[in-house]
Amino acid sequence: MNLFDTVLRCVATLVVFLTLPLVIGQTEHKVMAHMQGRLGPMYAGGFHGWAQLIADGVKFAQKEDIVPAGADRRIFQLAPAVSLLPYLFVLLAIPVGPDGFVGQAIDAGLFFVLAVMGVGVIGKLMAGWASANKFSLLGGLRTAAQLMSYELPMVLAAASVAMAAGTLSLPGIVDAWQWYWIPWQIIGAFVFFTAGLAELQRPPFDMPVADSEIIFGAYTEYTGLRFALFLLSEYVGILVVSALTAVLFLGGWHGPLPDQLGWLWTLLKTFALAFVVIWLRVTYPRLREDQLMRFAWTVLIPLALVQLALTGIIKVAIS
Amino acid sequence: MSAAALLAATGPLDPAARSFLSPTGVEIVFLLVGIAVLGSAVVAVTTKQLVHAALWLVAALGGLAVEFLLLTAEFVAWVQVLIYLGSVVVLVLFGLMLTKAPIGRSPDADSKNRWVALVVALASAGTLVTLVVDAFRTSWIDLGAGGGSAAVTGASLFRTWVLPFEALSVLLLAALVGAIVLSRGAGRRVPAPRSGRIRAGRPVGSNGTVAQRAAAAPPAEAPETAPAEES
Repeated sequence: MNLFDTVLRCVATLVVFLTLPLVIGQTEHKVMAHMQGRLGPMYAGGFHGWAQLIADGVKFAQKEDIVPAGADRRIFQLAPAVSLLPYLFVLLAIPVGPDGFVGQAIDAGLFFVLAVMGVGVIGKLMAGWASANKFSLLGGLRTAAQLMSYELPMVLAAASVAMAAGTLSLPGIVDAWQWYWIPWQIIGAFVFFTAGLAELQRPPFDMPVADSEIIFGAYTEYTGLRFALFLLSEYVGILVVSALTAVLFLGGWHGPLPDQLGWLWTLLKTFALAFVVIWLRVTYPRLREDQLMRFAWTVLIPLALVQLALTGIIKVAIS
Repeated sequence: MSAAALLAATGPLDPAARSFLSPTGVEIVFLLVGIAVLGSAVVAVTTKQLVHAALWLVAALGGLAVEFLLLTAEFVAWVQVLIYLGSVVVLVLFGLMLTKAPIGRSPDADSKNRWVALVVALASAGTLVTLVVDAFRTSWIDLGAGGGSAAVTGASLFRTWVLPFEALSVLLLAALVGAIVLSRGAGRRVPAPRSGRIRAGRPVGSNGTVAQRAAAAPPAEAPETAPAEES
């Protein structure tokens, strides 16, 4: 029974992993189009082009899988998996509703999530190096530099929530959440969400994959399914970062409806944040590489430290 | 730290109450992962492909994280992943790719010191194995679930082992300051640009101002960015 329960939870996580990113992708098509005064995909599937991403998937699967002659074959082929799989493991630990509505309850869940998300960088570095292409290498290096710099404010902001809740377990953090955490942790929420956006290399932090300057960074040489896997990892990343921000800073399943409908609140908050991610992409121009670094080291890290100090002071004052 | 946390969590050592000849599933997995870690560590130091060496290091360190998990030291396992896989190896890869990372073999990757290194490695491995075997002998440590959770690890770290912990953090701070001092290169410091030499607004390549600007601009930027990148 216990084993069956575990397997069921893993399968459910896998289904979420395969469907919700597509929903986010389709939303991005449509939201971006309407913000730019166009219609977006309209034909595939009939109603407002709902099947566009499925058609894209079929197209990717049909394309030839090319490995460049000068590339390091094995590492080139392994890189998309290394980049994608960490997000699957992270999804397993994100709580959706109260009373064990979570893939796997992990004691140090917050730590687990941050640790595993950091491993995805290796995949992008591998892709950039193994492609034997100078643009790819540049993109890989930029990715690594960016992710290293933005991981620190992200961890600090998450540490502030863990301090406020007095636990590292994600369900425990949501359980301890009160409404006044929103004004209390607002700086941390900003830092966490921004750093998460930068970890995903979404615009305005998309210098590592800047298509008009270094083609597509580490993914220049990829075609077909392997390229689709990198794209999928970006959309799963949006899901993970939005869900984590919702769980840590916006109270997860807390809301005016009874607890049985808590999962609805988590989903709603996650998708609202995913919408913001798309919105930011349409709104802001790309930051230059040095601006990216300066923003991380001179704005986000001091802000995160301020939040940490604030959390500590208030925590001592109210306990 | 892990052994200390485990010991603090599990209490006094009992003499062997179980046989070592009927291993459980966890023990078999532990052994297999250990062999995989050893194998990838050996490949990491013997391969002639620089970047592959760093990636084998990823395999070895990730395997160690699995070992920590199997010993119920959950928190230490995630720290291992966050620090070693997410940061240290990425930094190594980054450094390699910035300087010299050809695809394929690098024939000059061998060092003349490898025999000395082998001797040192074998000696330290021998010392450690002897020490651990002698310290624990046949005692049986019962690893209850949650024995290495964040709460237990934190309590033992900040109650029992707080002095070594703080001493280590001072050591790391000293290393950090030292790295910054070394990377600034006191001996070959470029003099600061004198004011009035950089003429802005001239067409590029007009009469040598471009060369002056190229020579003068980097030192002016360096003090701003250098400390940030070290830490």
